[in-house]
Amino acid sequence: MKLKKLLLFMMLSALLVIAVACGSGDDSNDTGTDSTGGSDSENGEEATSGEAEGQLVLSGSSAIQPLMAAGAEEFMGLNAGADIQVQAGGSGQGLSQVADGSVDIGNSDVFAEEKEEIPADELVDHRVAVVGMGPAAHPGVGVEDVTSEQLIDIFTGEVTNWSELGGEDVDITLVNRPDSSGTRATFVNYALDGAEPAEGITEDSSNTVKQIISETEGAIGYLAFSYYNDDTVLPLKLDGVEQTDENVTTGEYPVWAYMHSYTNGEPEGLAKTFLDYMMSEDVQQVIVPELGYIPSTDMQVERDAEGNQTDVQ
Amino acid sequence: MVMAAQQQTVHDRLLKKNNRNAEKIERKGKIIVYGCATIIILATISITLFLMTKGLQAFVVNGVNPISFLTGLDWNPTRSEANGGPVYGALPFIFGSFAVTILSALVAAPLGVGAAIYMIEIAPSWGKRILQPVIELLVGIPSVVYGFIGLSVIVPFVRQYVGGQGFGLLAGTIVLSVMILPTVTSIATDALRTLPNGLRESSLALGATRWQTIRRVLLPAAWPMLLTAIVLGMARAFGEALAVQMVIGNARTIAESLTDPTGTLTTIITLNMGHTVQGSVDNNVLWSLGLILLVMSYIFIIIIRFLSSRRSF
Repeated sequence: MKLKKLLLFMMLSALLVIAVACGSGDDSNDTGTDSTGGSDSENGEEATSGEAEGQLVLSGSSAIQPLMAAGAEEFMGLNAGADIQVQAGGSGQGLSQVADGSVDIGNSDVFAEEKEEIPADELVDHRVAVVGMGPAAHPGVGVEDVTSEQLIDIFTGEVTNWSELGGEDVDITLVNRPDSSGTRATFVNYALDGAEPAEGITEDSSNTVKQIISETEGAIGYLAFSYYNDDTVLPLKLDGVEQTDENVTTGEYPVWAYMHSYTNGEPEGLAKTFLDYMMSEDVQQVIVPELGYIPSTDMQVERDAEGNQTDVQ
Repeated sequence: MVMAAQQQTVHDRLLKKNNRNAEKIERKGKIIVYGCATIIILATISITLFLMTKGLQAFVVNGVNPISFLTGLDWNPTRSEANGGPVYGALPFIFGSFAVTILSALVAAPLGVGAAIYMIEIAPSWGKRILQPVIELLVGIPSVVYGFIGLSVIVPFVRQYVGGQGFGLLAGTIVLSVMILPTVTSIATDALRTLPNGLRESSLALGATRWQTIRRVLLPAAWPMLLTAIVLGMARAFGEALAVQMVIGNARTIAESLTDPTGTLTTIITLNMGHTVQGSVDNNVLWSLGLILLVMSYIFIIIIRFLSSRRSF
């Protein structure tokens, strides 16, 4: 008997190996249908009533993952029947997985329209938070304020020493994020006006970027505001505007991005209840700022996928 | 009488009564072993086929020129159409992978073979008792720990005493040499241990000193196996991603000196995979880089096969 089970197991695992190896991105096991139950109420109040149940799978940008994980934990505490899994893996992965239906919600720090191969018109955008980011330098560079032109010169390699900007006589070391990173895209679009950064050290994680900037004399990189929690890096003022949450919400400081949660079509059931909960006062005013993000409900300006900024009506 | 009866039962149990049972067990064992072997073979074949189809898509579907992919010096998958569109030239990473692999083999090979000679020939009893556990310990340390030590110890050290930004080929080489040292050492140890004792004895009997014996008899006899040890170490170095990524700087240019940051095939894949969308060009070219890695590991295996078939004793 045991042997037969073992054999069966081996055959199954062989099948699994083949299936995994031969499968491609388009086989969709639709976990979306699992999300049954949950109240269909419009406001977040009902969501906290403990009725929501079912299973929800989220994946995508590691920049939003802490917020989603915290929100999911709170939500599951309030709704014992709900099971929400939050996976990281990158914006590209989140978008492609929500588009092919293998997860319920795909988190991204770029607009779906900006990624090719994503059917952006099928996805529904939920902007759960905003994150501000900006140039951060080693505290010893002797410069605290740069103009947009100066920043472009620094990152394109036109200027190679801080003394050219009135700072100390140390060479500039650039710390970049990878080509396809959302933070890099946002910084290039809104801080460098689309100019391609020159070659430098490239690191994937913001923590490593921060560590390198703090340890390397003359280093400059870009970080989300949530990493400015000590004095090891110096956030530079951009055209005299300080990198603060308030300046982002008023539209004075231009370098920020939405944290998007995409659903495939209008959300239903638990997905809807959960997203409503994420937009509720509780989450927006407590959890979101606590984790270093900016509540999207506070924004006085909004931006579309083409990057046009307008005042919120 | 009692003895005879006991003997009878033992005899029965071992040879006669359960003969059919033994056959059955043998057959079961055979099925298990064959099953395992089949799974491993199938897994290898499916991984190869999968990587082939994914890796060739960039050339077949997206029309990336394979020649310019292998020889191009510019890697810029996110460059806007206004600036000339994306370019995919992987040569800097192919060069980076080879450079860091060969350099670390140059460092680790003499150290590893030297340690093996010391353990087996010079201080067999206590030398082995100390060195063996040390080397086993080196194998057990996870690569992220090597990377972290590299980032917080080796990079600042290089920056301070050698020059440059610290991130670069040199730091990568140092970290990788330590990582592949145990592989080289343990296989070299096996190579020397399996040499027939007659070789040593006859050499000593002819009046050769210990050094002459090692230099003129044992090393040449074990040479193919020692080369195998080095090639296996190189294969490990070629495929290592995490630790290298943390210290090499991941620039997209070819390093002109040991202190210049550069990238390898593995680091570019791990940096960008999560951010790109399945099926897009950006994603497909990363799979093509993976295909290069697979082809290289096949080449390494062919070299090892060739070397071990030349074993001269």
